[in-house]
Amino acid sequence: MSDSTPAVVEHNPDLRHHFANMEQQTETAVMGMWVFLITEIMFFGGMFAGYVIYRHLYYSAWLEGSQRMDFWWGTINTVVLLCSSLTMALAVRATQLGHRKSTVTLLIITILFGLAFLGIKGIEYWGHIVTEHQFPGPGFRFAGPNTSQVEIFFSFYFAMTGFHALHMIIGVALVSFIAYYAWKGRYGAHYYTPVENTGLYWHFVDIVWIYLYPLFYLISHVHRK
Amino acid sequence: MASTLVAAPERENYLNNEYGISSWLFTTDHKRIALLYLVTITFFFFIGGFFALLIRLELLTPEGDLVLADTYNKLFTMHGQVMIFFFLIPAVPAVLGNFLIPIMIGAKDLAFPRINLLSWYLLVIGGCFMTYTILSGGVDTGWTFYTPLSTHFLDTHVIAAALAIFIAGFSSILTGLNFIVTIHRMRAPGMTWSRLPLFVWANYATAIIQVLGTPVLAISLMLVALERIFHLGIFDPRLGGDPLLFQHLFWFYSHPAVYIMILPGMGVISEIVTCFSHKRIFGYQFMALALIAIAVLGFLVWAHHMFVAGISLYAAMVFSLLSYFVAVPSAIKVFNWTATMFKGSITYSTPMLYAFGFIGLFTMGGMTGLFVAALGIDVHVTDTYFVVAHFHYIMVGGMVMAYMGGLHFWWPKLSGRMYPENWGRLAALIIFIGFNLTFFPQFVLGWLGMPRRYWQYSPEFQVLNVLSTAGATILAVGYLLPMVYFLWSMRYGKPASDNPWGAAGLEWMISSPPTTFNFDQTPTVTWEAYNYDELQEAPVER
Amino acid sequence: MSAHIASKKLYITVWASLIVLTVLTAAVSYLELGPFNIVLALVIATSKMLLVALFFMGIKYISDKMTIAVIVAGLFWLFILLALSMTDYASRGWV
Repeated sequence: MSDSTPAVVEHNPDLRHHFANMEQQTETAVMGMWVFLITEIMFFGGMFAGYVIYRHLYYSAWLEGSQRMDFWWGTINTVVLLCSSLTMALAVRATQLGHRKSTVTLLIITILFGLAFLGIKGIEYWGHIVTEHQFPGPGFRFAGPNTSQVEIFFSFYFAMTGFHALHMIIGVALVSFIAYYAWKGRYGAHYYTPVENTGLYWHFVDIVWIYLYPLFYLISHVHRK
Repeated sequence: MASTLVAAPERENYLNNEYGISSWLFTTDHKRIALLYLVTITFFFFIGGFFALLIRLELLTPEGDLVLADTYNKLFTMHGQVMIFFFLIPAVPAVLGNFLIPIMIGAKDLAFPRINLLSWYLLVIGGCFMTYTILSGGVDTGWTFYTPLSTHFLDTHVIAAALAIFIAGFSSILTGLNFIVTIHRMRAPGMTWSRLPLFVWANYATAIIQVLGTPVLAISLMLVALERIFHLGIFDPRLGGDPLLFQHLFWFYSHPAVYIMILPGMGVISEIVTCFSHKRIFGYQFMALALIAIAVLGFLVWAHHMFVAGISLYAAMVFSLLSYFVAVPSAIKVFNWTATMFKGSITYSTPMLYAFGFIGLFTMGGMTGLFVAALGIDVHVTDTYFVVAHFHYIMVGGMVMAYMGGLHFWWPKLSGRMYPENWGRLAALIIFIGFNLTFFPQFVLGWLGMPRRYWQYSPEFQVLNVLSTAGATILAVGYLLPMVYFLWSMRYGKPASDNPWGAAGLEWMISSPPTTFNFDQTPTVTWEAYNYDELQEAPVER
Repeated sequence: MSAHIASKKLYITVWASLIVLTVLTAAVSYLELGPFNIVLALVIATSKMLLVALFFMGIKYISDKMTIAVIVAGLFWLFILLALSMTDYASRGWV
């Protein structure tokens, strides 16, 4: 049973050997990315479940905590991320059309929006942790009723926005890799799956924030900041 | 034919086409990765087994006289963690599944070969964290990590253990992802869903659970770690936190996890029973649907681990009822295996002996599951040895037997060699006897009231404990034998033909061992699964 | 999935809608609507999520039913986690 190499067929240089054709490879890669995003839904989902339960138990503490959020920074950050999703979607589109320069530009703008988001988050965290002593633990200070329960609210705030920010950092790194390879001319109409999949990841992280924003910033109609 | 077979000149296959350590450590061949996993999980099986032996030795006497109480807590904790996360969960999917699934569907490899290799590395890295945890003093939270004990009251290596399991969980998620996409997208022409071997269906159902459940374990462990490091208050009762929230999140994964462990074993049994009855599976559609039903229903029952923890009575009733439902598809499978054997042409080869063991012991374990699903009974037996016996009947009597059966069944394909059949049968018998002697007394102990996770016990329980320990020793011998003869067979075993068992399935139509790309040409499938009525009788090894 | 290329105009329209919805949800949050505050906020958030998912992520153009099934399954599973956990918490006070 000697190794019979099939006759050489002209194929896309990016076709990996265990796939029959590019279409199968692309659809497989995209499906794989979606399955991964499902796991991310369940990962964040655990925290959302905890949030829902405690909100049910300690609604007034949730109101109190929400009033201490930076309403304006949170809203601006939401807009920043939505803009970054636009530029990311346009970047994928540019790759599909083979426009290398636009692709790189759009990806870089996406990165900048991502960094802006992280910077604003940093400002917020500084305010909460250093200025207001709202980080849970022995240093937690809250003047008002339900102090312990508000501490739990802040535990969720930091855990959920913290994991979100971690995913943003990973996203920025991924987009940077993609931008570099795009600049090198690696992608085009014939092969753009990595850009597409990075876009899916980026949009997913945006969707998580779309829910975090109202759940933390908009609970109470009173916005103190 | 068989008796005059001399060691044939070695044809090129996946084992000999490349040599050297980097050809193994950087391989993307799903078959080599399967063997990497085999080595890793066998190593951890013996570590977990070693902890079990120490536990059983301590329990020979009612007093705590072998180890300290805290040490005992570490032993049962790490026995559970190692066995579950580093042996049972990867065992069939990552060894047998990795090896066989591409071949069974007519593909050259999995959808994502490099991610497959990454999965193995993640298991190894998680294993390094686990080994570090063990060597640096261990962890004693119980494998369940219950809060607030794990977050506030222990100063052992909780975070290292949590990280080890988190990383191993990521390995499991990626394997599941790979399998789902592979089975959807890489099937050969003509290999429709209804022609797939049940082993593939079983791993598909398992992969669904891995992908949907494991992330919740991940976040549970992360939250425990964050609570320890940053003093968040999510599970702290002093702040109004609810320790039961941790249990809800933990068991949301950990109950489906037991189905991650058993479903692939069920897939193996379907392959073995059909082959050694030389007959189609009875009720193929019901068998496939039962696998999916177990996977789905398994997600709806988790709080039956929390009946006495403080959940509301009404929630307990809901979860108890749902737990009864999940037994139904499992029972259907047992009936259908039995019906498959009826009027079949039975051969008592080693894999079939393991399959018999599985069907009997899994049934016992499953029925005792119904006992504990009943609220009233559970109040009496929860946290006693009854529960310990229940899950060991399923995990060891069921799952490990299925794994051993599968290893023996596909060993000729993996290695190109036959293992010595009489030793195989002997080991299977020793394992069966040792298993029952170890765990049946534990049902009685639990019913009589002996608590689990206790380092000392009341003297009237000693006789049954001694029996149990004796059984464990026999079981250990039973597990060591295959280690020895499998290794022996790689050098001295009879070279295997392509299809020594006369079995149906694509894997038996290629060489033993297979070439790197499995098939010279992608096959086109025109036959149904388990087409034994069309296959010739008289294989070589009966 | 691979073939369809959306127009720039579509993307910008979607983006504009997202911004409008954001402004809306922020503005509405100043009103005192009792339990409907959260309902409205989640309805708007879900609309934004659907816009991102259908157009930016391209779900609208996926022809492959299995990928859609994967996505629906994931969301449904999250629902299972939330709903069944709440059976405990919601009924703890009942006698």
